[in-house]
Amino acid sequence: MADAELTGSSLTAPAGAPSETRLQTAGAASTPSVSDRDLPDYRLRFILLILAAVSCVIASFAVGRFSLDVSDAVLILLSPAFYFGVSLDIPVLNDILYILLSPLISVAETWDDAMYSVVFNIRLPRILAALLVGAALSTAGAAYQGMFQNPLVSPDILGASAGAGFGAALAIYCYLGTGAITLFAFAGGLVAVGTAYAVSRLTRGNPTLGMVLAGILVASLFSASTSYIKLVADTNDQLPAITYWLMGSLAGATMEDVYFAGVVIVIGLIPLYLFRWRMNVLTLGEDEAKSMGINTHLLRLIVILCATLVTAVAVSISGIIGWVGLVIPHFCRMIFGYDYRRIIPAAIVMGGGFLLLVDNFARTIATTEVPLGILTAFVGAPIFAYLLMMGGKRS
Amino acid sequence: MSLEISHLSFAYGRRTRLVLDDVSFSVKEGDLLAVLGPNGVGKSTMFRCILGFLRNYRGNIRLNGLDIKTLDHKEIAKHVAYIPQSTHPVFNYTVLDVVLMGLTNQVRLLGTPNRSHIDEAYAAMENLGIAHLRDAGYGEISGGERQLALIARALVQKAKILIMDEPTANLDYGNQFRVMCRISDLARDGYIIILSTHNPDHAFLYANRTLMIYGGRVIAEGTPEDVLDAGLIKDVYGVDVHIEDYEYGSRRHKLCIPIDGGVGKHE
Repeated sequence: MADAELTGSSLTAPAGAPSETRLQTAGAASTPSVSDRDLPDYRLRFILLILAAVSCVIASFAVGRFSLDVSDAVLILLSPAFYFGVSLDIPVLNDILYILLSPLISVAETWDDAMYSVVFNIRLPRILAALLVGAALSTAGAAYQGMFQNPLVSPDILGASAGAGFGAALAIYCYLGTGAITLFAFAGGLVAVGTAYAVSRLTRGNPTLGMVLAGILVASLFSASTSYIKLVADTNDQLPAITYWLMGSLAGATMEDVYFAGVVIVIGLIPLYLFRWRMNVLTLGEDEAKSMGINTHLLRLIVILCATLVTAVAVSISGIIGWVGLVIPHFCRMIFGYDYRRIIPAAIVMGGGFLLLVDNFARTIATTEVPLGILTAFVGAPIFAYLLMMGGKRS
Repeated sequence: MSLEISHLSFAYGRRTRLVLDDVSFSVKEGDLLAVLGPNGVGKSTMFRCILGFLRNYRGNIRLNGLDIKTLDHKEIAKHVAYIPQSTHPVFNYTVLDVVLMGLTNQVRLLGTPNRSHIDEAYAAMENLGIAHLRDAGYGEISGGERQLALIARALVQKAKILIMDEPTANLDYGNQFRVMCRISDLARDGYIIILSTHNPDHAFLYANRTLMIYGGRVIAEGTPEDVLDAGLIKDVYGVDVHIEDYEYGSRRHKLCIPIDGGVGKHE
């Protein structure tokens, strides 16, 4: 596009003309019409993003201590579908399956039980958990940033992470099992945000400012409570468990976690996706949005409810993972512009892909597993700095 | 289409100082009402009451005969559009996206704007001469262009009453003129326009009615030519002015010239 303009204008402008003249010629030559827009090809970018995410998912099955070929992993993954298809015993379907998957059948016995177990019991839940948590945190971050009209907001602005951390610490302190830790964390996150919302409703003046302040208040109360639990916890087993949980990790992700978080996250993301265009209007602020006929109270409540639900459940299975919810929405804006119609789907795909990528590093970078919350900062910060510098040059 | 304000009074919180004190006026189709008054006399508060943002006022605001306290934001938005001062946006939407937001009432609750919505927004932008900016970032265009984009957004909202908070604030001389010309075109097309301004000449040049607010009260109302005289401007703004009649071709206008205590320019 830029090349075409340059060649076109250098034909009309005399050689050696000052560059300003050329720019003006190029600008005047374009006659505006609504159908030929001058925007980047967002569709292509989205397809590339999805391809990148899908290849990251496939590659992730082969990454880890137990070495496994990508092709084996794919075959293992497809095998239940194949056997299920065959077991249905529908003649036409059987034919199709045999034709499509004949290469698979010929190599059908290249894996053993250990490989099968690694793929299905260890890597699949972990990969799905990474996708879910990443998608949840970055979409919630994008939604909150719009609602608070502030690009520096992260999904724990209303205290979701602090509340979840307290819930998990409490469960660990009471020697409850892993399922209970998840549930306590989830409940803690919801209670924290509910308290913050209730407090903010009692404040006067600007509602979004009241909400931010109430969030800070509630978050500090819950972190203080977590610190107290750490103080009184058993230093041999409880304290390390709490500390490790707070650093965030997907190492213990199970299929039960994935089902639980998956259902809640899908339920929470659907309204955010459906209201994505209205969120543009909400970013204009209270008065302007109202003047265009938006029920700002209701829409804000929906955004808070959904974003809190997905954040709390994500934190409950992964621990506290910072940075993703703050930074992925920025990446999305740099690539897809500011329109929430594109930001929301992009944040879902990019957030999931990014967290999966980082989790692969967490699994392999050192002999012991590195907590994910530490790595997201180490990986995200330099990329973010680079993008900020590139963005600065462009404008 | 009518808007009647009667005995409107308002105070923030439980404070006893009235920001608006017994304000009454009404506007009809084709009116361009210039609201004048020093900073902080309640112009913006009055607009916020009319737009339904502030509801705990005393008195009555009737939109086509209906009390606006009984209407929700969606209903008010069908008839009244708000054009705020153009500020730098937090999120740099394209100009077309900004204009599309005016269609909020017409886009399905869970939907996104379709082809015909986009065409409509584009037509409004062409009408205001900013169609070439459709894909530019709203944060990267000039203040005058931003103001025109906000006007386009109000037009696609299809409200007939446009409320503008100092539409020429922060605009350069040429943009002030261009924006005001567009606004008076709209009044000629039958829109009701209520705008606040600090420039008496804008009232003389473009408005058919003017309202002078001082200390929350309406202290003068009528055509700019009748109402705005040197005494009133001295009382309200504390500036000595001379109101000059001038003729240029077929046009007759008044013009407000500050006389600076009669000293004049430093030689």
